[in-house]
Amino acid sequence: MKQDIYLDNSATTKPSPEAVQAVVECMEEIYGNPSSVHRKGLEAARAVNRAREAVADQLKVDAKKVTFTSGGTESNNLAIKGAASSYSNRGKHIITTAIEHPAVRNVCRDLAEDGFEITYLTVDEMGIIQVSELAEALREDTILVSIMYVNNETGSVQPLDKIAGVIKRAKKDGKLPLWHVDAVQALGRLPVLPTKMGMDLVSFSGHKVHGPKGIGALYVGTGVSLRPQIVGGGQEGDLRSGTENVPGIAGFGAAVRGLVKGEGTAAEHMASLRKLLVEGVLNGITGCRLNGPPPGNIGAAPHIANISFNGVRGEVLVHWLENEGIYASTGSACSSRKQVEHSVLKSLGLSEGEAEGALRFSFSPENTVEEVKVVVRKLKEGVEELRSFAKMQ
Amino acid sequence: MRRVYMDHSATTPVRAEVAEEMYKYIIDNFGNPTSLHSFGRQVRNAVEEARENVAASIGAKTNEIVFTSGGTESDNMAIHGVAHANKNKGNHIITSAVEHHAVINTVKALGKEGFTITIIPVDKHGVVDPDDVANAITEKTILVTIMHANNEVGTIQPIQEISKITREHGVIFHTDAVQSFGKIPVNVDDLGVDLLTISGHKIYAPKGIGALYIRKGTRWKQSLFHGGSQERLRRAGTENVAGIVALGKACRLATDDLESEARHISQLRDRLIEEVTSNISYVNITGHPTRRIPGHASFCFQYIEGESMLLSLDMKGIAASSGSACTSGSLEPSHVLLSMGIPHEVAHGSIRLTLGRDNTEEDIDYFMEVMQPIVERLRAMSPLDQETEFQMNSECEACKVSSSCRA
Ligand SMILES: Cc1ncc(COP(=O)(O)O)c(C=O)c1O
Ligand SMILES: Cc1ncc(COP(=O)(O)O)c(C=O)c1O
Repeated sequence: MKQDIYLDNSATTKPSPEAVQAVVECMEEIYGNPSSVHRKGLEAARAVNRAREAVADQLKVDAKKVTFTSGGTESNNLAIKGAASSYSNRGKHIITTAIEHPAVRNVCRDLAEDGFEITYLTVDEMGIIQVSELAEALREDTILVSIMYVNNETGSVQPLDKIAGVIKRAKKDGKLPLWHVDAVQALGRLPVLPTKMGMDLVSFSGHKVHGPKGIGALYVGTGVSLRPQIVGGGQEGDLRSGTENVPGIAGFGAAVRGLVKGEGTAAEHMASLRKLLVEGVLNGITGCRLNGPPPGNIGAAPHIANISFNGVRGEVLVHWLENEGIYASTGSACSSRKQVEHSVLKSLGLSEGEAEGALRFSFSPENTVEEVKVVVRKLKEGVEELRSFAKMQ
Repeated sequence: MRRVYMDHSATTPVRAEVAEEMYKYIIDNFGNPTSLHSFGRQVRNAVEEARENVAASIGAKTNEIVFTSGGTESDNMAIHGVAHANKNKGNHIITSAVEHHAVINTVKALGKEGFTITIIPVDKHGVVDPDDVANAITEKTILVTIMHANNEVGTIQPIQEISKITREHGVIFHTDAVQSFGKIPVNVDDLGVDLLTISGHKIYAPKGIGALYIRKGTRWKQSLFHGGSQERLRRAGTENVAGIVALGKACRLATDDLESEARHISQLRDRLIEEVTSNISYVNITGHPTRRIPGHASFCFQYIEGESMLLSLDMKGIAASSGSACTSGSLEPSHVLLSMGIPHEVAHGSIRLTLGRDNTEEDIDYFMEVMQPIVERLRAMSPLDQETEFQMNSECEACKVSSSCRA
């Protein structure tokens, strides 16, 4: 059997052995309810706190600032809806971008129905916002700016330091705006240091960093008050009720602890794979286009490459590759089963056809140079086959 | 030291068969169910199979099940969703005085948003009178949410009688079945409910997974989470695949073993109650004498602090709780006991022993062996005797912390 080559790490990652072990331990030994006062409860509460410290260490923040949720989607919902209802007396204006994940985009759409006004910042052909546009959009009544770190479809990285500068200045001028960052695709791939980078709210998801699915976290900065979205027993400092997903939390913690080890070198390694893939495809196959910043550009994330193959339907190519044991995707996993509108790619200025022919390759530190070489070779073969087939019809 | 776990209403250990099933979906089949390729398809099928198992276990149709992160989310999602989808019809919500905080606090939050709330009282056994529900319903009533079985005293509510009333009036009915499911038959048609909450970790599946049943045709909309189109647009977020698979398996096992387990566990429970009440003085059993879930024994030990009892038991390796796990850190006596008319000072001596499939006759023996001396010792130390009833001094800090304050 062929060895699988998994290049869909932005959809989800394989849990690390440490994460699996932490889950197993919590299933078999640490089964208490963290709120219980007896020993079994205490053990579970300790496991949760250890994981909280692991996440806090990675972010270099105080553990109290980390709240566990059921995933990246919930973190985004809690951050945005929580801030919107908490600060609506200060204003009802929110700024976001045209390329956010649906877990931000659809929350904003819902808030718009509730009387909030949303400004969507545009992006250039590389998927990057103009910071001047943000500066102009900020108003007295702007309560929240939600701009993601790494885009999940194109891997474009926003100029966070410049954004932080603009927001800091606005705060100095007496404006409120809190800054929320969806860093689901950035954790473990690029530095995420909320305090240093001036972020107020930052979302994370376990299954994108070799942890389990159904677990995530939200960083909530000093002085930020959020209205809880799920109420009940008052767990997670009353910000998120519900019996804690102890195995999920422990697995997430263990996965994050594993990220620390590979920091720096992992990103470099993935960036070199991305470069190899992008250059291999663009030089070796005609009619291709890289959607997003080129290798070496500061706006390029190390682990995501989105490429359009003219005259080929992305979905067909995904299936062709799958037969060869290569796993990639057409866009974000969340929408890949629906008839998608390719809204992110179109924001970059792609035509319908170019968006249709787009494939996303996303790396983990485990991928190798040999794998990428195979993928480039197979892509050439597949694209040629599909194109000649299309011509025949 | 012997270790005995008697806190199954707080949470249960994961069954080996369930864990095994779950590991497959963490270790090898790690795909994202929304992915097009085989990693995705494989887990998508597993999720749908789990959904069938959950549906079958409560007599629902497959597409009436939505997976959530647990009982708390299901309760929030059910209540918010009905409230917001029916705003134009009315703004009145009816609940009971003994609900879990996941329901109470959700309803309270809606109260602040302009909804009107009626809280139905309970009798001394913690039972809601269906006539009270009937009388509370108005033109504006859009939702009744009353739990199936209570988590602190184990009392089972007359859900069928209540649902007859809600049906007559065309009012949507949600029940929190977190504590009843897996212990007594739970069938959505027999109960006549429109929405029903279950949670994995109370039925030997892991924490952080639950489900909400939404009867087809119920006016409900997702108003908690927005994002991807998972769960047929009813609950955004990448699915907790391993948790879902585990829940499916646990539901199937629970259904298969329901009768035999209920028999075994009720028998143990009856013996526990019998031994406690006949060997220890000044003990009242809380909740209904017969309409209670198997495995559930709850008492108030007079002249003792519940917390001290728990700590003493814990030192002997026995895990029990005073009320619900979520509030066990709090010093306020439970709202459930108070609403049953149990006086403050008696409510302070509450203890809940909840048995599960792993408990044995020897566990009961051991419990009795250690409990009697604990009670004697604590009572000997206790100033809370009949003559000197505790009077709290609101100026005194210590009084707020302990009812044994003598200052
Ligand atoms: C950028 C981004 N934000 C949020 C999410 C949602 O996270 P989760 O899948 O944990 O709900 C994802 C992944 O799907 C993502 O890529
Ligand atoms: C009756 C009842 N409802 C809801 C819940 C909350 O469920 P979960 O712990 O899964 O959030 C519990 C358990 O704590 C419960 O006993």
